[in-house]
Amino acid sequence: MTRLWTIVQRDLRLALRQGSDSLMVVGFFVLTVTLFPFGLGPETNLLERTSSGILWVTALLASMLSLDRLFLADYEDGSLELLTLTPTTLEILVIGKVMAHWLTTALPVMAAAPILALLLHLQEDGFATLMLTLLLGTPTLSLIGAMGAALVLGARRGGVLLSLLILPLYIPVLIFAVGAVDAAVQGLPVKGHLLILGGILLAALPLAPLATVAAVRQAVE
Amino acid sequence: MSFFSQRFANPTRFLKLATALIPWCAAATLLLLGSGVYFALFDSPADYQQGESVRIMYVHVPSAWLAMAGYSTLAFASATALIWKHPLADLVAKSASPIGACFAFLCLVTGSLWGKPMWGTWWAWDARLTSMLILFFLYLGHMALLNAFDDQQRGYRAAAILAIAGFVNVPVIKFSVDWWNTLHQPASVSRMGMPAIDPQMLLPLLLMAVGYTFFFATILLLRVKGEILDTKIRAIRLNQIRAAQQ
Repeated sequence: MTRLWTIVQRDLRLALRQGSDSLMVVGFFVLTVTLFPFGLGPETNLLERTSSGILWVTALLASMLSLDRLFLADYEDGSLELLTLTPTTLEILVIGKVMAHWLTTALPVMAAAPILALLLHLQEDGFATLMLTLLLGTPTLSLIGAMGAALVLGARRGGVLLSLLILPLYIPVLIFAVGAVDAAVQGLPVKGHLLILGGILLAALPLAPLATVAAVRQAVE
Repeated sequence: MSFFSQRFANPTRFLKLATALIPWCAAATLLLLGSGVYFALFDSPADYQQGESVRIMYVHVPSAWLAMAGYSTLAFASATALIWKHPLADLVAKSASPIGACFAFLCLVTGSLWGKPMWGTWWAWDARLTSMLILFFLYLGHMALLNAFDDQQRGYRAAAILAIAGFVNVPVIKFSVDWWNTLHQPASVSRMGMPAIDPQMLLPLLLMAVGYTFFFATILLLRVKGEILDTKIRAIRLNQIRAAQQ
């Protein structure tokens, strides 16, 4: 377990040293959400109805943009290869990296989300559910994204390819998260949606590191 | 099972088998598709509600089945490549992907053409259409990843991992019409109990489905044969260069 925390601390320290990285992700999130009222028009009703979708799609894209620094820097300077040679199970190290990625990407996004929801006129009933769906959904996004990031190590145009690969896999999370927020706004029960989101997270938790480790091993060979 | 896979791990032996099988598969394809089209267009009843445009079903439904079966083939070949490191499994995965993608595209287009007269819209964001669209994107991602690496072996392995990870979508498509109340009609053929479809319509449907399957097999064998020969040509060229340098 200490090795898990060592990896988390290492990645956190690296990310915080380059503090601009997290800020850029939040900046992208805020700016892109701000684009939508310009594109759709400032009419409150329209923004109200689409706010949950806009917020979640943009959070998804922001999470995806920050994924390449998960493995790429370590891959290029050789420390990823050293990590594969440690006696610890590689899955633990991968989970540690994903945790650090979530802390430095998803937490700032979750902090910015309520303010942006206010700007998009999301109804009050939806706020708590929005935060809950972000809490349940963003770890899944980080886990699936880690698998994608490991697969494109060393590929040409890895950044764009990553988006092509993992966006189809992100879609179920998006569907249920937005479904939950819309249900909350309409006064319908949200428990089902949240349970399914939790179920997807619980399924991704063992399976995504498995695939990520397979991808990392074949990348460093 | 392992007898067959070990026996045909030798590319030359597989080439002989493929060369022998291809004409038979092609003949079966022509026979089945020919009779299927005849029954579909001429000898089967029109639907009481939909009229003649129900006949798009004979193209649409088999291509949906083949798109999913193609992805299952892809996932199975990828698993074989990763777990047993079967030398030809990677080639099967690489060859199956474009064929499956074409079937998925055909399914989406024919479904769209069917939807306009039936539902009044070219597209609807319901569960089955959306998951078939996602399947199409998964195929495209697989093909993109295969070709994204300078080292071909890395491409094969990365694409194999992606194929297995995306396999979770296939049961979702199958059961999506049961789990969600959707516009798309629920399962009539492959469900518990007898198929709910009239036997006169079932026959051309099954003929087309099996015909499509033999088509898939023919093209797959042709492509794998092409990949093996491609590798041989590359090896011969390398030997020539080496001999010329000495």
